Amino acid sequence: MSDAARNISEEEMPDEPVPVMQQILDNPFLLLFLGVVVPTVLYVIWGVVEIALLPIAK
Amino acid sequence: MSIESVTERNWWKIPMDREEVVWVTIAFIWCLFMFFMMPYWHVFGQQNLAHAAVRTTPADYMKKAEEGVAKWKVREETDQKIPVIAPPPDSDVYLVARLWSWWPILELEAGKTYRVHLMSMDWLHGFSLQPENINIEVHPGYDHTVTMTPTQKGTFAIVCNEYCGVNHHTMVSRIYVK
Amino acid sequence: MAVNRNFRTCPTTGLLFHEPAEKLMKANAVAAVVSLLVGGLLAIGVVGTRWQALHWLAPGTFYQTLTAHGLNMLVFWIIFFEIAILYFCSSTLLRSRLAAPGMAWAGFWLMVIGALVNNYAVLVRGDSSVMFTSYAPMPASPYFYLGLILFAVGALIGCFVFLGTLVVAKAERTYQGSIPLVTFGALTACIIAIFTIASGAIILIPTFLWSVGLVPQIDSLLYRTIWWAFGHSSQQINVSAHVAVWYAIAAIVFGARPMSEKVSRTAFFLYILFLQIASAHHLLADPGLTSHWKIFNTSYAMYLAVLASMVHGLTVPGAIEVAQRKKGFTNGLFEWLRKAPWGNPVFSGMFISLLGFGFLGGISGVIMGVEQINLIVHNTIYVPGHFHATVVVGTTLAFMSLTYFLIPVLFRREMAFPGLAKWQPYVFGIGMSAVSLFLMGAGTLGVPRRHWDISFAGNALAYEYPGAAWLMMALLGVTGFVAILGGAMYLLVTVYSVFFGKRIPTPDFAYVPARANVAPAPRPVAAAITAHGESAGFAAPGTFVLAMVFLVAFALYYFVNWKYLSTVWPLR
Repeated sequence: MSDAARNISEEEMPDEPVPVMQQILDNPFLLLFLGVVVPTVLYVIWGVVEIALLPIAK
Repeated sequence: MSIESVTERNWWKIPMDREEVVWVTIAFIWCLFMFFMMPYWHVFGQQNLAHAAVRTTPADYMKKAEEGVAKWKVREETDQKIPVIAPPPDSDVYLVARLWSWWPILELEAGKTYRVHLMSMDWLHGFSLQPENINIEVHPGYDHTVTMTPTQKGTFAIVCNEYCGVNHHTMVSRIYVK
Repeated sequence: MAVNRNFRTCPTTGLLFHEPAEKLMKANAVAAVVSLLVGGLLAIGVVGTRWQALHWLAPGTFYQTLTAHGLNMLVFWIIFFEIAILYFCSSTLLRSRLAAPGMAWAGFWLMVIGALVNNYAVLVRGDSSVMFTSYAPMPASPYFYLGLILFAVGALIGCFVFLGTLVVAKAERTYQGSIPLVTFGALTACIIAIFTIASGAIILIPTFLWSVGLVPQIDSLLYRTIWWAFGHSSQQINVSAHVAVWYAIAAIVFGARPMSEKVSRTAFFLYILFLQIASAHHLLADPGLTSHWKIFNTSYAMYLAVLASMVHGLTVPGAIEVAQRKKGFTNGLFEWLRKAPWGNPVFSGMFISLLGFGFLGGISGVIMGVEQINLIVHNTIYVPGHFHATVVVGTTLAFMSLTYFLIPVLFRREMAFPGLAKWQPYVFGIGMSAVSLFLMGAGTLGVPRRHWDISFAGNALAYEYPGAAWLMMALLGVTGFVAILGGAMYLLVTVYSVFFGKRIPTPDFAYVPARANVAPAPRPVAAAITAHGESAGFAAPGTFVLAMVFLVAFALYYFVNWKYLSTVWPLR
């Protein structure tokens, strides 16, 4: 891959739309949100609810 | 290079090469296989840990353990006079874990099934059955029922393997299987 | 407050260092190495006691030493180093000023104070021998929890400085297009760290309040469930960070490019979503939580995050192989590997780290995390066997390799004792791999972890472990000292070089106005596709063979453990 190609100026580059999946991966704050919410729901909340619902011995 | 910003603007569009496609496919199939092994074993396997547990108090649990000793005691062992109990098959057997001992000692029959209850009076302990190497976490406040079937006769050990303070390594007991 | 815009350009690498960022990286790296030194000295006590022929420490001292060893290694060494990595991957790799250096320093000092307070509780007060896990209701001194909380808050500040730097770099247009893959890996580590610390706060703050009498009781099952969201996720920060370091070293040593940005980044994305939930593997032997919760979470969501690790396991060495083949090492399947610079500790450490993490750590970890197989592993000494392969051969050795690069580049010193440095990754990596194997062997035979005396001397109900277990523990003793020697070699080389090494001539920091270093625009994709595709066959065939060897080993060991499980007492 030639280094000369890396110096193409902005005007020459066509305006391609960025694929949606790449937009997600390029957005650090969206990733932060997902990375906190998903495990909080799947592991913490689900787990705590199961523990809270344990019956009391007769 | 991975330490420089990406030379292509829309790198998502660059197709994967064959090697990665093949590896990801093989690895994914292996991952799915491993995942489904777990529910499979619940249906077809013999060794699954029941989760059934109830909240209770140390006093209530101890009462049930003492009832078992009153009903089924056959002898005592060691200077601490730990009772040995021989419960009938299919009964509820209450084992107490506490700093730093197990109480009572169980004497079971090979091939028979027992509902063994596990609970701690104080801190976390570890029920580690040797040499089977079955390991279960024992909590204070939760009466956990594990249905177990000893498969052969012998003398088995219960080693505490959840660190519980300075005398943790003195916490060891037995299960006799006749 | 005036914004410091002083940068210097490294004459060797061309990297652009921001003055405050450089100072912070050095400070965090030094704090990390000091923690490693403390943890390493404590390791001598641990090894010398579990090898019962020596049995050096009395029980109380042993449990105290083991607690401090775990904390200094698993928390302080590793997280200080990771904060340095975060600043490097953001400020240096994006050629940007670090956001809010003042905050970053506040975070650093909080971490230092926290580490000192926690060590004070364990080592000086001696009333907090509760292990890293500090399971309630077994109590520790309030200083124990307070120290950890302060450290965690400091680390959290570091994470936000990293994110702030990403914002600054984008706003000041110091780079264009997407952030580098290594920075993306660091971002993954940062996100997991934020979840980790938040979970830690949710459980450790009430536990601290309980220790001072303001909260009446801590439920043991709730504690374990929430604590492990902190406890294991903290180790997943390590996984993401060391994978990022592997990619970085591949680029630094070989000029290797990722085989596919899409594949590697998606793998990090799977980490972001699903790595943390596998904390459930610590609760498989506990009551109350259902098998639904256990199976879904312990499997990292149908093993998707394990898939991600297997992907990195191919793409990291694959990238090296592609780069090597371009240089002409095309003879047979493995010339690229045989002729790799095995005498360069930056590379040798990184590759041993990759092999050790994958073959020993990864395989054992997935197997221990199978809901039912966990029954024959939980709380045996197999567990530290697994994590000495992942966190020590994996993360720690990768970080050590990076240090050898950073001593000349960041600290501007020549490496002292280069002969020692060359051998260090082998002594440490192979020694510690052997430690892992023997710990796993002993654990398979039922030897417990965190235990002072497996002979139960003097106990009327003593149990006799099989002779093979005693042999394993003795071999652990011997190889443990070899590994400690490897650690000492690293400490000698690094500490001597940083403080007494010959200085390398370095250009001064100079004012660089923002927007002066706007990177060239990224190319459109069409040009990349034609340049990228070559052979109809595999781009990295040798790596594919290694990957298949890994998979076969994995499958065999996986089935062996199901077989072991099937022989124990039926349980329902």
